[in-house]
Parts: sequence; C-alpha cells; structure tokens
Amino acid sequence: MKLPHTLVLGAILFGLFLAAALVSFLWTPFDVETLDIAAKLRPPGALHWFGTDHFGRDIFSMIMVGARTSIAVAVVAVGIGVALGVPLGLAAAARHGGVLDEVIMRGNDLVFAFPSLVIAILITAVFGPSALNAIIAIGIFNVPVFARIARSGALSLWTLDYVLAAQVAGKGKIRISFEHILPNIANLLIVQGTIQFSLGILAEAALSYVGLGAQPPTPSWGRMLADSQTMISFAPHLALFPGFAIVLTVLGLNLMGDGLRDILDPRIRRRVRSRPERSPE
Amino acid sequence: MDLRPSIPAMLRFTTLRLLSFALSLVAASIVIFAVIEVIPGDPASYMLGLNASPDTVAALREQMGLNSSLILRYLHWVSGMLHGDFGTSYTYRVPVSELVSARLWISIPLAIYALLLSTLLAFPVGLIAAARRGKPTDIGIMGATQLGIAIPNFWFAMLLVVLFAIRLHWFSAGGFPGWSKNFWLSLKSLTLPAIALALPQASILARIMRSSLLDTLGQDYIRTARAKGLTRGQALRRHALRNAMIPVLTIMGMQFSFLLAGAIIIENVFFLPGLGRLIFQGITQRDLIVVESAVMLLVFAVIAVNFLVDLLYAVVDPRLRGKS
Repeated sequence: MKLPHTLVLGAILFGLFLAAALVSFLWTPFDVETLDIAAKLRPPGALHWFGTDHFGRDIFSMIMVGARTSIAVAVVAVGIGVALGVPLGLAAAARHGGVLDEVIMRGNDLVFAFPSLVIAILITAVFGPSALNAIIAIGIFNVPVFARIARSGALSLWTLDYVLAAQVAGKGKIRISFEHILPNIANLLIVQGTIQFSLGILAEAALSYVGLGAQPPTPSWGRMLADSQTMISFAPHLALFPGFAIVLTVLGLNLMGDGLRDILDPRIRRRVRSRPERSPE
Repeated sequence: MDLRPSIPAMLRFTTLRLLSFALSLVAASIVIFAVIEVIPGDPASYMLGLNASPDTVAALREQMGLNSSLILRYLHWVSGMLHGDFGTSYTYRVPVSELVSARLWISIPLAIYALLLSTLLAFPVGLIAAARRGKPTDIGIMGATQLGIAIPNFWFAMLLVVLFAIRLHWFSAGGFPGWSKNFWLSLKSLTLPAIALALPQASILARIMRSSLLDTLGQDYIRTARAKGLTRGQALRRHALRNAMIPVLTIMGMQFSFLLAGAIIIENVFFLPGLGRLIFQGITQRDLIVVESAVMLLVFAVIAVNFLVDLLYAVVDPRLRGKS
C-alpha cells in the first residue's frame, strides 16, 4: 500500500522531535541545568548550534529536553482522555437512548461548553503550577472528545449483524463493547488521538508560557518563549528556536493525523476530506 | 414539506435550549466555586499579612462571611452575581464588578476584533479553495492553513511585535491608551493582538468552510440545481452557501471561546490591562473573589455565545426547529 505523503512527512517531522526527546535522556550537547554566565546570549554558532540564553544555557539542549516535557504532557493528557472518555462513550452507546446515555452526553456537553484554557488556568493556578497539574487540566478536556468519538463510532456498529449475532450468542453488552466494538473504532480513536496530541502540545506551550506549566529548572518550550520576551529585540534566536520547535512538532502531528485518516478511515477515503471534531484548544 | 417556522416548534426549541443554557450556568458556577474552595490558605490572613493578631483575622473572616457554611456561601455568591454584586476585591478593596467591567472593555472587543478578522480572512479563502479544488491554489491554501493551525498565537504575537513594533515602528509594542482617551489609538493597539489571535482561528475556519462547501456541493440538490441550468457559481451561492454555513457557525461559536481564552494569554504579550491580566494578578495575590468572578464571567460569555449559536442554527436550518 502506498502511504500518503502527509503521513510520511508528518511522521518524519514528529519522529525528529520524538528522537530528540528520547536521546535527551542519555545525552545532550550541554547540561541544561548548569549556568555559564560567561557564555550568555551567544548567537547560534559551531559550539552552541542554536546559541545560548541569558544564563548561558545551550538552547539546542534545552529544546531537546523541552521536547521531552511537551511530549510527556501531551501523551499523558491524551491517555487520560482515552482511558476515561472511551469507556464512557462505549457505555453511552450500549445504553443508547437510556438515562445513562443522556447523563453521559449532557455531562460531555457541559465540559465542552467550558472555555478549556480558562479552566486549565484556574486548575493549575489553584493546585499550584506544575507539569502534573497541566496534564490533568489538559486531560480533562480530552475526555468528552473521546467519549463523543467512541459513542458515535459505536452507535453505528451496534446495528450491524455480527454485533446482533454476539448478542444472540448471549454475550453481555460490556463484553461486546470491548471485544467487538472497541477494535472497530480503534481507527477513529487513533486519528483523533493524533489531533488531541497536537492540541495538547499547543496547550502545554500556552500554559507554560504563562508560567503555569513545568517549573524551572525543567526546560519547556513555552517557558523558553516567555523568558525570551524581554530580550527579543537583541537576541531573537531565543524566541525563534523554541517557536519553530512547537510549530514543527504540531505540524508533524497534524499531517500525520491527516495521513492516518486517509488510510484508516475508509469512509473518508472516497468522500471529501473533512476534519474530525476538534476540541477547544 | 412545510418549512415555514411553526411557532410551537420554535418555542419548544427555544425553551429547551434556554433550560440547558441555565443548567450549564448552574453547573459551571458550582465547578468554579468548588475549585476555588479547595485553594489552600486563608484569604483573611493573607490580606492582613503575617503580623496580624488572631482576633483581627477572625473578625475579618466574619466580615467576609468565610465562617458560614459552604452552601450558604455559594448561594450568597450566586445571588450577589444575579444582582450585579460580585463582591469586594480582597486586595484592591473595590467592588469586583468595577474591576472586571473596566477590563472587559479590552478583552471582549479584542475577541470580537479577532473573530471579525478571522471571518473576513477565512470566508473568501475557504471559498476560493473550494472553488479551485485540487488546483495549485487549493493546495497552496491548504498548506498555508496547515501551518497557521500549528503556530501558537502567543509566539506569532511575539514575531509581530519584533517585525511591526521593534523593526518597523508601525505599532507600539504594547500597552493600551484607553477608549475614552483616544479611540483610534486604542483600536490600533488592539490590532496586532487581534491579528495574532485571528491567524490560527482563520486557518481552522477556512478549512471548515472549504470542506463544508465541498460536502454540500456533492449533494443531490446541487446536481438538480445544475441540471436545471444554474452555473456552478450560481448553485454555490444560492444553494450550497446557506447549507454549508451550519458547521461553519458551530466552529465560529466555539472559536469565540478560544478567542476569549486566547485573549487572556495574548494580553500578557502586549501588556494589555484586560481580564486575563486581572485573573493572573488575582491568582498571585490570592484575590480569590476576583478570580472567581472573572472566570465565571468568561464562562458565562462562552456559554451564552454557544446558546445564541444554537438559536441561530434554527434560523439557518428550519429542519432543526422540530428536533429537541
């Protein structure tokens, strides 16, 4: 099968940052927590590829470790959304039209109606700024997204013959949901997961930009941008590299999502391409 | 089928929407109240500082109503808001409603300005892309919007400042003169923030516009319209556009909430004294009542806009009126 260009390009872009994040556990060109004031604000060069910041820390190394922070936050936030949202969506579909369905869907609407970033700011502000609280704040808003996708995917499957057959064979609704429905909506979930992943990276960047994400000395892209702001007129490299890192990672994930949808979602292949639901931020 | 709006159906639809609107507000207020309640630390002792005597703190707690039960405090807060009384700021000692309304005059116009820019940009771009489907123009537009979605608005804002404020001196890098002092200068100082906010939203909106138009252009009734002699452009204008507007409207409603939330981040880039900065100050100064009320107002604005969008659907699409 020929892979779509978008998938290949997206996977290369994202793979680059994923690799940087993984390598950063073992090696970075410089230590990101050691300050070297003598070498502060160096422009990009042979020694410091992306230059140094106002504390003399190596920007390239900080971007590598920042990739770790961004990816970790977004992965766990998507994980929360899947772990809570998918069972809820499956349950709602299994009890379609019932009280449970109604309760779950109205609860979903409610979370959806909230301006997510505002509530995320509230949560991180109340429980203290940390990467963990950023994860929870972003993760909560992933729950209704996955619940909706799972429910709508599952609803159409519940009318199919093989599900009916499983019911006749005496399998319970929970068992059918996990054995027969879940594997068949996995494609939808993967596509949505990629998109929520990229939104999570953007949300993490925004939260750490306002100081509510990972705390220093842990490098994060958003915080690097915030720190660079006062120096942007004489040291633009401080703002450029973390920004590019965010844009390229998010772009890579979005392209991957598009490409994955093309091959995984057969309904889309022949139809006009449309985007699946996007969650707020 | 009779598609004229029937009064009972429309009434039923509106009542149901109104009910769920009210329910959302109640739920939102409970959530916000609960979150604020778990904040560690006593606002009374925070206000009075470390050297305050326990008696003074106790007296202030009493005066602030911190000793009554949770439910009473919640009801007090809500009934106050319904009367326009948002309490008194712990740190500024002025009514919160004053603080908030002064700042709303920056945050809301900024969000509307951005929504306007985003719509003005997205509609023609989406239309052109749909009309030139598969051609280089379309591919170029799709690539550009893909990039636009990936750019964090606060970073884009910083780049705009470097280019237009620091290098070219066309705009000031931040600050806000005030509407009454200088209207045009105030509008100008919101321009860069609005552009920064609008770009990612415009990219999303243009994509939705395009795919929604292409979706409707593939419908049978468009083929019928073409078959009876309408040109592609006529069919697009007379039949497809209106039907394509439904998903576009949904997204626009959702975008208003992104824009408001985004506005509170962007305000930090441009040092705009809007709601966002008030919230952040309130958080660092433990001025909970300000945070609580400001967040509640933002949530109210978002839920209200979504409610209006729901009603707008019914105007655009008569089929929805019958459904609950």
